[in-house]
Amino acid sequence: MSEIRFYLNPRFILGWRWLVFGLALVPWALWVGQVMQGQAGPEPGRYLLLNLGHGALWCLLLTLSLTPLTRLTGWKGFRVIRRQLGLWSLAYALMHLLCYVLFILGLEWSQLGKELVERPYIIVGALALTGLVVLGITSNRWAMQRLGRRWKPLHKSVYVILMLVMLHFLWVVRADLSTWSAYALVAAGLMLLRWPPLARRLSRRPRRMASS
Amino acid sequence: MLIKIRRRSEVKPSEITPESVYWNRRRFMQGVAGVGAGLALPGLSHAAAVSSAANPYPDVPQGRVPPAWFDAQRAEIKWRSVVPEDPKRDEVAPFAAATQYNNFYEFGGSKDDPARYAHTLKPEPWEVVVDGEVNHGGRIALEDLVSPSQLEERIYRLRCVEAWSMVIPWLGIPLADVIRRADPTRKAKYVRFETLYDPQQMRAQDSAFGLIDWPYVEGLRLDEAMNPLTLLAVGMYGRVLPNQNGAPIRLVVPWKYGFKSIKSIVRISLVETQPVNSWQKLQPSEYGFYANVNPQVDHPRWSQARERRLPNSLFSPNRIDTLMFNGYEDEVASLYQGMDLRQHY
Ligand code: HEM
Ligand code: HEM
Repeated sequence: MSEIRFYLNPRFILGWRWLVFGLALVPWALWVGQVMQGQAGPEPGRYLLLNLGHGALWCLLLTLSLTPLTRLTGWKGFRVIRRQLGLWSLAYALMHLLCYVLFILGLEWSQLGKELVERPYIIVGALALTGLVVLGITSNRWAMQRLGRRWKPLHKSVYVILMLVMLHFLWVVRADLSTWSAYALVAAGLMLLRWPPLARRLSRRPRRMASS
Repeated sequence: MLIKIRRRSEVKPSEITPESVYWNRRRFMQGVAGVGAGLALPGLSHAAAVSSAANPYPDVPQGRVPPAWFDAQRAEIKWRSVVPEDPKRDEVAPFAAATQYNNFYEFGGSKDDPARYAHTLKPEPWEVVVDGEVNHGGRIALEDLVSPSQLEERIYRLRCVEAWSMVIPWLGIPLADVIRRADPTRKAKYVRFETLYDPQQMRAQDSAFGLIDWPYVEGLRLDEAMNPLTLLAVGMYGRVLPNQNGAPIRLVVPWKYGFKSIKSIVRISLVETQPVNSWQKLQPSEYGFYANVNPQVDHPRWSQARERRLPNSLFSPNRIDTLMFNGYEDEVASLYQGMDLRQHY
């Protein structure tokens, strides 16, 4: 099929990237729209906070699914959106933090200091966010060149970040683990796919795209 | 839909009748010795509109068809029997907020699950088992449990352990009335409450991911239960309780965190030893037996010093200081004299 050539076509890549960019904006726009129309319940700030947290985690999981997807399909289009989705995860997480500071703490900075040292779930959330920031800052060409060979191990810290986020989420759960478990299942699956024997099997599968 | 604060639920001073009208009605109740006599609630204003046909909440949807006994009692309701001192700070939440955003883990873990899934609950017919250390126990139809007392409206602050709060107008009877009628024996020291267990009606009760050991259990010390503030509610906003708020009968203990106010009660037992309530069982380091609202003692996950009064909006989070015993200190502080509230959280 002729699409095979598309992934080599820079114009296609550009369009594909913009498409992903647009799609990543949709949930955010939707939630903000709901808040503006008063459809976000009696506590719109918390509504945004929770949704943005989920958004950040979704983006992180999507980022981590790109390598296995590339291996599975051989389609390079997945790879070219990895940095973008990683940065989206960072963006959603930053907005999540902003909601917390603005709407939950009401800009009471002294309280933020207290929460950051006293509440384990906030501590791990902050560590995860710091990790995302570091990845974000070091993800440009300049930083990659400066870091050289150390860049890759640094980037592997994304797994640690994922585990921190899952812990953060777990500690927020009151009495119903169903949502958390669904995420945990996906997260565990994605980690498992990094296990070398499995990862190798993935890439050894016949490449449908290439053969057609 | 847009949620607006409905000013209508606020009362104009002209509607408030003198205290004497209210107190004349049922001044004396037969009493368990020493507890709950003379129901003066200092610090709260008492008022009663003489039973008027006018429903103070004309805009509130009536929900299911109320049972006949409720309709029969409606004309006798003692409106605004307890109201907040400061109606500006404690503005009644809109009905939509109070009924579409709450915790009722029997229906799911998120705050809109109750409104979404509680329609499967069948609040009628309903019976409550009153048992344990009582002389007059038994399986009692809801009507017989409630009807001997007059329904009162109590506008209470409800403070959730998650640091949010709402002001809600309940309709109910003092729990003390029910306990007196059951005639506790000398051995009765605590009251234990149990919620319905029926996964057919309460979908999250058979979820494999729920952490609570159903049925939900709560408890009070007998003197807490006899306190005049402690209410058995059967309605809110002038109507029967919506399913998601604990139909057909629930507890309301306004000086304690919301999880103490157990919903859809099927059993009230007077017992000798302190019951283990569901949340304490699940996470004893976070949830205690007493669970009194206390701004000085933080929950491990939430600071309790302040609260978000709902509904709020993005740019006015409505953060207000949390009051000791949720502002009911005058009425209940004496119950805890000499107790270390840091230890008995
Ligand atoms: C917060 C931002 C980011 C996150 C969360 C993130 C996450 C990830 C993840 C999950 C992987 C793959 C590890 C694997 O699948 O085994 C990865 C690898 C990679 N990322 Fe990022 N990323 C972020 C930002 C960036 C940026 C901005 C770039 C741009 C240069 C980038 C470039 C790469 C590259 C080239 C790889 C491949 C490394 C390899 O093959 O081992 N990432 N990143
Ligand atoms: C400084 C950093 C962070 C802070 C202060 C923070 C704060 C919070 C707060 C206050 C909650 C809600 C707790 C509650 O229910 O009461 C929450 C939930 C959550 N956060 Fe964060 N967070 C941070 C970082 C992150 C990061 C980096 C992610 C993901 C990439 C994340 C994902 C989530 C998720 C998924 C939830 C659960 C939402 C739910 O309960 O449905 N958070 N966070």
